[in-house]
Amino acid sequence: MSILVSRASRVLVQGLTGREGSFHTEQMKSYGTNVVAGVSPGKGGTTQLGVPIYDTVVDARRDTRADVSGIFVPAPFAADAIMEAAAAGIGLIVCITEGIPLYDMVRARAFVEDAGVRLIGPNCPGIVTADEAKVGIIPNHINRAGSVGIVSRSGTLTYEVIQGLSQAGVGQTTSVGIGGDPILGLSFKEVLALFKADGATRAVILIGEIGGSDEEAAAEEVLGPGFGKPVIGFISGRTAPPGKRMGHAGAIISGNMGTATSKVQALQRAGAQVCDTIEEVVAAAGAALGQPSSAAHR
Amino acid sequence: MKFLEYQVKERFKAAGIPVPDGRLARTPDEAALAAGALGPVAVKAQVPVGGRGKAGGIKLARTPMDAKRAAGEILGMTIKGYPVREVWCETAQEITHELYLGLTLDRDARKPVLILSAQGGMEIEEVAEHHPEAIAKLHPDPWRGPLPFEVRDLIFRAGLGPLQAQLGPLIIKLYALARTYDALTLEVNPLALTRDGGLVAADGKLEIDENAMFRHKDLHGADESDEDPIEAEAKRRKLTYVRLDGSIGVIGNGAGLVMNTLDLVQREGGRAANFLDIGGGAKAEVVHSALELLASDPQVKGILINIFGGITRGDEVAHGIIDASRELNLKLPLVVRMTGTREEEGRRLLQEAGITPEASATAAARRVVELAATGQR
Repeated sequence: MSILVSRASRVLVQGLTGREGSFHTEQMKSYGTNVVAGVSPGKGGTTQLGVPIYDTVVDARRDTRADVSGIFVPAPFAADAIMEAAAAGIGLIVCITEGIPLYDMVRARAFVEDAGVRLIGPNCPGIVTADEAKVGIIPNHINRAGSVGIVSRSGTLTYEVIQGLSQAGVGQTTSVGIGGDPILGLSFKEVLALFKADGATRAVILIGEIGGSDEEAAAEEVLGPGFGKPVIGFISGRTAPPGKRMGHAGAIISGNMGTATSKVQALQRAGAQVCDTIEEVVAAAGAALGQPSSAAHR
Repeated sequence: MKFLEYQVKERFKAAGIPVPDGRLARTPDEAALAAGALGPVAVKAQVPVGGRGKAGGIKLARTPMDAKRAAGEILGMTIKGYPVREVWCETAQEITHELYLGLTLDRDARKPVLILSAQGGMEIEEVAEHHPEAIAKLHPDPWRGPLPFEVRDLIFRAGLGPLQAQLGPLIIKLYALARTYDALTLEVNPLALTRDGGLVAADGKLEIDENAMFRHKDLHGADESDEDPIEAEAKRRKLTYVRLDGSIGVIGNGAGLVMNTLDLVQREGGRAANFLDIGGGAKAEVVHSALELLASDPQVKGILINIFGGITRGDEVAHGIIDASRELNLKLPLVVRMTGTREEEGRRLLQEAGITPEASATAAARRVVELAATGQR
């Protein structure tokens, strides 16, 4: 078991013929992902990387029954691509694109909500279910199958945690990067609820960062005694000076909500073990599973 | 992109939001002329930061001579690092009450939010903190915008019912303006109620979403070249850079990873000189450009590059590092940690060039702090 994607997922890539789209489709395929179609308007009828290309998502879905879409479309067109996928009946949309105008995103977000579709991202690294399927850009070789679920707002920090765990012999079920933008699809809350319900996931790691209050909301609404699985938390940006923007439009401290302290305390109140470094996160995950994690497992 | 007050007011005026009459002055004589034409004026420093009043950047002038003197004092001031080159002289208002009207994006609700309060003015943030009930909010549907009845409801909730005939259309115009300009923030504070019962935008703030700049190529906002020279240079190079006060230059990919690198540097006893995120998929030129920027900063005593490649490829980054350190004849200690996509190629290239990558981010942070302290290469 796992969450969101599996061996059975039939994956479509919007923007497959572009530079990033083709590079990462190749990586996704080599990970074993069942990539069934690509969409690039104007290139329908061609084939790339052995994958049939369609002009529209509707055409691709009719022919291939794709149920997951990964989006690598340039930012000015990405919100439209998200809505095209939702309108065509794709159940899970993973948008990797960075730099989408925020008004475009608030509209796309409202659109997918009305369509009852799950959106991950944008500006995210995507999802990997270890040894089964990958939609996005998380490097292939760092993943290892096991029983820890990961949900994170940061892309590269997610890789850091996955690699640390794998090197320590602690495998993962599914790793989900929810993205760093202010306007996102799924938040920590929804992904944690999925992990709670997943039988294969025995412990969960939450990687948050300063800004917004999704970590606090997740701690208050989903975590706590009823969660039933150990949760290990980590918050980056603890030494960032207040009021400075650190690149992610999202990582803005405003008022007391959104500070590292507020997030750490909310997680601790909900019973999560909050760690200071990625190394500690890895050790805590190993301990939570009763696995002595050490470099000896490499 | 940020705008100066007078630039925002020009847009308010064009959108039908009432503003006081005003003129821009670049010299004390121009300010005197403006006061001659307008009567008693407020002479206001034009800088893209708040707190101008407290810094002495706003003065009232009853006569052209007063205006000349006031402009003479304000022009040439430096407010939060910004030299004042222009003043906006506008008809002094007889304000009886200050309201607050603003629009921003509410990340928790994932929607735009209109904010209205009867208690506007400089202390609005304190009002928000201590009297949240005095702040009324409306999350308009992003597809259709606020409807008149929703706006009326907002106005009544803010306790401003008697002003609804004037306020309603003004709020709808403000929302339309925000959409036109992809505004992350559009604020009228104070929205002044004058003695004659009119509403006028006494001050305005506009900040445009950088992601949407491709739709606004013709716009020119506040000249921010007066800020920190390295920050200005970073902006020209299109790098995401924030100046900090330490001595370790930090380059990484991904905001979360870079923030964590700053945290690690501090844990190891150092302090970062900056935040610099080369973003996803950076090519060798971007790495080169980032390294060149940090090398030009006299505050930097050592550089730490922390790359975890996903969409970013190790070999690209390695080429950037190697070319830049050769070309710049870099004398500063340089510590690299690289892993992820194409890490083998990247690490091999670095090693061939005499740069040994560190095994972990923690080890790299420790090493750069040590080297910077002793000044070793």
